[in-house]
Amino acid sequence: MQRSLSLRVAAFAGFVFLYAPILSLVIFSFNESKLVTVWGGFSTKWYGELLNDPQLLDAAWVSLKVSTISATLATIIGTLASYALVRFGKFRGRLTLGGLVTAPLVMPEVIIGLSLLLLFVALENLIGWPAGRGMVTIVIAHATFGAAYAAVVLQSRMGSLDIAIEEAAQDLGARPLRVFWDITLPSLAPALISAWLLAFTLSLDDLVIASFVTGPGASTLPMVIFSKVRLGVSPEINALATLIIVAVSAVIVVAAWQMQKAAAETR
Amino acid sequence: MMTQANLAKGLKPWNDPAAAPFVQIKNVTKKFGTYTAVNDVSLDIYRGELFCLLGGSGCGKSTLLRMLAGFEGPTSGQILIDGEDQAGVPPYKRDTNMMFQSYALFPHMSVEKNIAYGLKRDGVPRAEIATRVTEMLSLVQLDQFAARKPHQLSGGQRQRVALARSLIKRPKLLMLDEPLGALDKKLREETQFELIKIQESLGVTFVVVTHDQEEAMTLSSRLGVMTAGKIVQIGTPHDIYEYPQTRFVADFIGSVNMFEGRIKDDCEDHATIHSADAGIDILVSHGITGVEGQQVAVAVRPEKIAISRTAPVGLPNVVPATVEEVAYMGNLSVFRVVLASGKRVKISQANLLRSDDDAIAAGEAVFLGWAGAASVVVMA
Repeated sequence: MQRSLSLRVAAFAGFVFLYAPILSLVIFSFNESKLVTVWGGFSTKWYGELLNDPQLLDAAWVSLKVSTISATLATIIGTLASYALVRFGKFRGRLTLGGLVTAPLVMPEVIIGLSLLLLFVALENLIGWPAGRGMVTIVIAHATFGAAYAAVVLQSRMGSLDIAIEEAAQDLGARPLRVFWDITLPSLAPALISAWLLAFTLSLDDLVIASFVTGPGASTLPMVIFSKVRLGVSPEINALATLIIVAVSAVIVVAAWQMQKAAAETR
Repeated sequence: MMTQANLAKGLKPWNDPAAAPFVQIKNVTKKFGTYTAVNDVSLDIYRGELFCLLGGSGCGKSTLLRMLAGFEGPTSGQILIDGEDQAGVPPYKRDTNMMFQSYALFPHMSVEKNIAYGLKRDGVPRAEIATRVTEMLSLVQLDQFAARKPHQLSGGQRQRVALARSLIKRPKLLMLDEPLGALDKKLREETQFELIKIQESLGVTFVVVTHDQEEAMTLSSRLGVMTAGKIVQIGTPHDIYEYPQTRFVADFIGSVNMFEGRIKDDCEDHATIHSADAGIDILVSHGITGVEGQQVAVAVRPEKIAISRTAPVGLPNVVPATVEEVAYMGNLSVFRVVLASGKRVKISQANLLRSDDDAIAAGEAVFLGWAGAASVVVMA
């Protein structure tokens, strides 16, 4: 009894530590008062305010577009890279490719951002593309480091796939590209979903790299929030954050449920 | 143990000099780096055969099969199927199909879709696919399971799905990698008969890889025993069991007593081998091709030796012995006896009666006897 009590206390403390900040944010998003830290009664007025703030809405829309496109790109690149690493056996430069693919995982964001900025500027001078900096450059930057995370997730899944299944498809008359489409991709579906979600989340969340490679006219949500918060936290931001939390939780619940279903099938 | 009838008997194209082999493997060698998996193997397989490649793990039998299927290319040598050189022909262009050891069913497809996959890739019209899948489902008795996913099936059912999937394209040659390996004993025996029935009704040539000698004996029209990348003997199950050519084959298939000795006398229809192991000159009722004094071994199967308290009459080979231990196996009793030379010999005897008060027991002095036609000389 003693032990289970202490366990429960520890678990409770852990959950408080993890979720108290989020909970307070959600609660204060319904605060009537303009002062973030003083409770002034229940109200949903900040949600209404939010809908009338074009700057925040624009930023949210930019972020959503950037994250969706870059996560998709990252998943495609990550899939191809991990396919090469897992399936092509030994080839020249395998070790280098493996190292380079995962390098962004350990590279400080500041360095990634700076180096990408320098690259974009140099490219523009050299070939005129990408013309200026904005959404395109953010997407490219996010796809780059998202691909690293996607590759890690996909590599481990691909390594555990039974290669005989692909051979069986070939044996039944499917050309290699067909096999990839019919057999490899569906078997990878759960890993593809997690990889995409991971890349999406990282992109949605990124402030440092985006700040480096963006230009005028393309501000992502984290950039706008960060600049607003420097002038003082507005309850409007709390409302926005609450909406994001709700959306993310919903996606995670659905994804977890889907992946559990898929895992049961492949077992 | 070798009591099961050889079901594929009565089919002997390899004795017909006019018969053209369906699969020709000519001096095929496969190396992985410095490791030689298959070493200069030559083999002819005839249409309608059920050929087993038998050997322990790592003997190269699976590599040979994978070369037939096109997943590996030979380092040197040639493989012809139906007279056509298979060099450089990828698996998806071969008229062969394979049933994988792990079954390799597509986990995200239903039983029906798994079976239909090969036809779909060939662009067979939808209506025909449906009828052929239905046919195949009833052939393997899985009609009610068409909509299930592989993970909802038992091991035996999965095995049948894999078989159906590999048969649906009506391949000229079907390769089966340890087809019964994952099934329990009872199911395995039933499935063996089913496999042979299907093979005979469809007339497909089967090449089966297995490490299970009993499976190979029951299934095959002929079998090839492999070790260390080489085929050491090819023959019918009867040939392999009764006339092993090497110590390895004699020992690998069933159990055997080996008496070391030297050729003493070699005539056209019989030979005598002087064996210090047995303490006698062993009479063998077949001629051999060896020189006098050459070191050979005489192989005698445990079930071919008679054991009795008094010296048997009419048997040319009689040796006194002492019973060390008797093991009751149900259908058989196995006697482990020791000869004067210290050589240990195994004898098995069918238990004809439910119980026998007069049964030979451990510690008794006995005589062993066997006929000239019960033993075979192995040279290598």
